[in-house]
Amino acid sequence: MQPVGPPARSAALPHDPRNVIELRHVAKHYPDGTIGLEEATMNIRRGEFVFLVGSTGSGKSTIMKLLSKQLEPSHGTIMVAGRDLADITRKRVPYYRRNLGVVFQDFKLLPNRTVYDNVAYALSATGAGRKEIRAKVPDILRLTGLSTKLHQYPDQLSGGEQQRVSIARAFVNHPPLVLADEPTGNLDPQTSIGIMQLLYRINRAGTTVLVATHDHHMVDEMRRRVIEVDRGRIVRDEAAGMYAAGEQTTDEFGAMMRDVEVGRVRERLDHLQGASDDELLWGDRPEADR
Amino acid sequence: MNFSFFMREVWRSLSRNAVPSFAAMASVLVTMLVLGAFIPVMQMANAAADQTRDKVFVSVFLKNDATKTDVARVGKTLEGAPNVKSVQFISKGQALKEQKKVDPEAFKVLGDSNPLPDAFRITPKDPDEIPAIMAALAPTNSAGAQAPIDPKIDEVKNARETPKLLGVMNAIRLGTGLLAFLLIGSSILLVGNTIRLSLFARRREVEVMKLVGATDWFIRWPFVLEGLIVGLLGGVMAILVLLVAKTALLGPLETVPVVNGLSTLSFALLAGVLMIASVAVSALGSGLSLRRFLKV
Repeated sequence: MQPVGPPARSAALPHDPRNVIELRHVAKHYPDGTIGLEEATMNIRRGEFVFLVGSTGSGKSTIMKLLSKQLEPSHGTIMVAGRDLADITRKRVPYYRRNLGVVFQDFKLLPNRTVYDNVAYALSATGAGRKEIRAKVPDILRLTGLSTKLHQYPDQLSGGEQQRVSIARAFVNHPPLVLADEPTGNLDPQTSIGIMQLLYRINRAGTTVLVATHDHHMVDEMRRRVIEVDRGRIVRDEAAGMYAAGEQTTDEFGAMMRDVEVGRVRERLDHLQGASDDELLWGDRPEADR
Repeated sequence: MNFSFFMREVWRSLSRNAVPSFAAMASVLVTMLVLGAFIPVMQMANAAADQTRDKVFVSVFLKNDATKTDVARVGKTLEGAPNVKSVQFISKGQALKEQKKVDPEAFKVLGDSNPLPDAFRITPKDPDEIPAIMAALAPTNSAGAQAPIDPKIDEVKNARETPKLLGVMNAIRLGTGLLAFLLIGSSILLVGNTIRLSLFARRREVEVMKLVGATDWFIRWPFVLEGLIVGLLGGVMAILVLLVAKTALLGPLETVPVVNGLSTLSFALLAGVLMIASVAVSALGSGLSLRRFLKV
């Protein structure tokens, strides 16, 4: 994130520049007395792909909303890219959010805009001109496999396609951090794999990705870092964990993903010296994940 | 700020939300019609009240044999009386001229003769003081007849219905004021509510806009512009309807002195006021109603 703010004043621990997200004793108590989060402390490094797991109501969404500044913590410090979120005034929140890509379970697309316009809106909200929009939007939609759906409205798309649009929208600004709250919650397993692959590829381009999910299968197969929340407390943080603690694992799924994507990226690295992230990341076959 | 972007956003939302937009426009139209019809009526009532107030005076008629010195003496006495604002002398000749203007036919019969006496017209400081002035100039004696303070005064008179008229006029004033207040209040509520409804239907849209990093004003401008256009359309239509109504209804009445004599707001000014009111109410209404939904 480029606009690194003034040095944190209230962080209990010194800020580590490798951390994109730092939570220090964060608590969130809702006005009705519900405890959303209690004593949460965690670090997420730049470029990590992290699963946030836990049952419904455990506090996953609270963390997501705290990070996107939809909620304010009751106690504790949240730092994103070395910047204390408490220092961001209400007026500056939109500018902060432009450094985040957010993906939701219910897609949250604008129903009266085409696929193209949905993505274009996110760009123009950040002050992009028409030229920039015309250059970037078709690209990102092609890369997410939506080039044939440009002028369709969200209700004409399948759930998976809608989620692709929302990922395209989240990533069109190339934010350093993508938050996905139950991105596959409304999708069937087959479609979910495609969506996860897309997020994974975004991660491979250097973007930190935090995925809140309760999709056992996906977590177990991908073997990424897992942070488990239970009744508002962080109860587990494993480097290559399973959805449930202590489960045995196979590497098939992760291998499959790495084979297809990472292999291609590495291969191309040798040839494309000055190539942009996009080209390295996506290759030339956006349909690969379909 | 990218104006063409905002105009495209406005056009999109107007065409996609045609029914709520139309409802908002219709409520502006109706409100402005009612206000536009009511303002001139109120003005007329007030002008009539003012005229009546100004016309309230006490007439002091002199005897026919009053000489110039008598006139001067009585004039002095009257000016010295309490509660008197001004005293105006109307000679026989002036009185005749005035009356001829009012009713030329009746005075033709009289030829050159002038039956009218010299008179003074006393304008009171306050119309409500008239009984006191009359009592001071011509106290009623025990027989119930007037006993003027000067022998050359024939009679002291005021229009009998004056006090009643004043009461009615004051009531009209108060009534129209109250009505105007209620009308303006209800029109603000009506327009505001219509706008709220159409915004409520789009609150999810606003939420998404905020989450992708749009600033409040980036979201608000199209809504304000939309309100402006809706208000403009509603206002223009209301003014057109009023113009037609004025020409159709008031046109034939133009020669009738009662209507013509009462000065009302010029139509251009009325149109301007309505225009500004409709645009301001709907643009402000859109911008302010949005505030609730911007808290994401």
